[in-house]
Amino acid sequence: MSVAALRGWTSSHRSFREPSALPGFGITFGFAVSYLSLIVLLPLAVLLARAADLGLDGIWRVATTPRVLAALQVSFFISAAAALVNAVFGSIAAWVLVRYEFPGKRLLDAMIDLPFALPTAVAGIALAALYATNGWIGSLFAPWGIKIAFTPWGILIALIFIGLPFVVRTVQPVLQDLDREVEEASATLGASRAQTVFRVVLPALLPALLTGVALAFARAVGEYGSVIFIAGNMPFVSEIAPLLIVTKLEEFDYAGAAAIATVMLAISFLALLAINGLQAYSRRRLGHA
Amino acid sequence: MRDGVLTEGRPVRWTLLGLTLVFLALFLVLPLAAVFTEALRRGVGVFLEAFADPDTQAAIRLTLLVAAIAVPLNLVFGVSTAWAVAKFEFPGKSLLVTLIDLPFSVSPVVSGLVYVLLFGAKGLLGPLVDDWGFKIIFAVPGIVLATVFVTFPFIARELIPLMHEQGTAEEEAALTLGASGFRTFLTVTLPNVRWALLYGVLLCNARAMGEFGAVSVVSGHIRGLTNTMPLQVEILYNEYNFVGAFAVSTLLAGLALVTLGAKSLLEWRYGDGLARTRRH
Repeated sequence: MSVAALRGWTSSHRSFREPSALPGFGITFGFAVSYLSLIVLLPLAVLLARAADLGLDGIWRVATTPRVLAALQVSFFISAAAALVNAVFGSIAAWVLVRYEFPGKRLLDAMIDLPFALPTAVAGIALAALYATNGWIGSLFAPWGIKIAFTPWGILIALIFIGLPFVVRTVQPVLQDLDREVEEASATLGASRAQTVFRVVLPALLPALLTGVALAFARAVGEYGSVIFIAGNMPFVSEIAPLLIVTKLEEFDYAGAAAIATVMLAISFLALLAINGLQAYSRRRLGHA
Repeated sequence: MRDGVLTEGRPVRWTLLGLTLVFLALFLVLPLAAVFTEALRRGVGVFLEAFADPDTQAAIRLTLLVAAIAVPLNLVFGVSTAWAVAKFEFPGKSLLVTLIDLPFSVSPVVSGLVYVLLFGAKGLLGPLVDDWGFKIIFAVPGIVLATVFVTFPFIARELIPLMHEQGTAEEEAALTLGASGFRTFLTVTLPNVRWALLYGVLLCNARAMGEFGAVSVVSGHIRGLTNTMPLQVEILYNEYNFVGAFAVSTLLAGLALVTLGAKSLLEWRYGDGLARTRRH
């Protein structure tokens, strides 16, 4: 057998991973992929198959019935609004936590993750109690005839709560790593502090900020637990898309539930694509993720 | 250093700090305080009475049981996935890592829905499961499955970046010195990642015990049988038993606070033992 043929033989029979001295690749990789397939991929494939039974026009028909359309709009627009509120206040909070010193800073920093750790049902009833007309905050607005809980404003409150950590936690590390010399250079060249912040610092933070906003938005679109307690759940007014999936399931309309779920998956998929695009863009521009 | 050149002027600083404090008070501190004050609104006696309810006790037991199954399953998955992904190079690796994160980008309701479509009465495997006299949906196995789905990525994503950073040199040294593969893992790899592992387990556990949407879809809300603590909170709340609902909530809020405290402690004390490039 010629050397070339031998080389061809060995390379075609080489394992598909790169050679390594460590053992255990086969079993851990095999287990990881089987577990992932059984728990996540197979069930999601069944969902898509169920939606595919309807065909694209079937999904379109379900998604454009007035009630579903209204719920998708409520979910979509209020999630976007909540993400924008978090973009503003989340960046301010990140700025304050990184740049300023004040007593209780470490405690406040730890508190930021509360929406990740607090079960959504608990958050939901707590926010409903706070923002109801007889609650601590709701009672401040009630004299002006403003109702927050059990209206779309309630949904906004819940979605701001849920998305709050995303912006802070994506902006914070980038702000920490930011080179202060750039700001010094900007100041030396005669820029005012506002010019430095808005024209030097903010552009550097922008990719992280947008990533945080996209993450908060994606999370908000799918959020269920915290919203249903404070929303009032009025069809056409304050009914969110995930709630409509539950309603369809309770009516044993599996196909309808699968269709709405597919539309929502498509929205989160687009958000994820946007995130990946932003991260690739920021890596190219700033040389780090 | 003069104010307003390299840092903001005093008025701006105070305004930003004030805004942050008000925003975080409105959205973080007050909701947490509301849980405890609402629970204690009618005194400690009524608060404690809420836990005498047998349905509430059953819900607490079920929550502990579900977490006791889901967390170890995801622990084994997380460790083996991290080993395969962080210590070896193979094609399709980034796809695998992306797929692991998938449950995070799926609505909790959809996470429950997929199992209803698979095992429900009108689901793909529903009739088959029924023939075997086995119940998954509206029963404990469905709750466990939905919880496993939702908490799936937590441990793997804490371990992968850290184990990747640490490389394979130490393991190779242990193997050269004659240790078996398993012993190498136990005595070299595991001690290196123990804090990240603990951190992942904590987050996974908090989510497993607190999951609402996914579990709500598959549980069927059968009192005393398929209600976890978050579902019990919903039922009590919808029955206008606010003290009861908030009393159960204090347990979950307490769990959240313990998780946050442990997380901060780990980050502060053992920051080096956690991955630097962890994505939140």
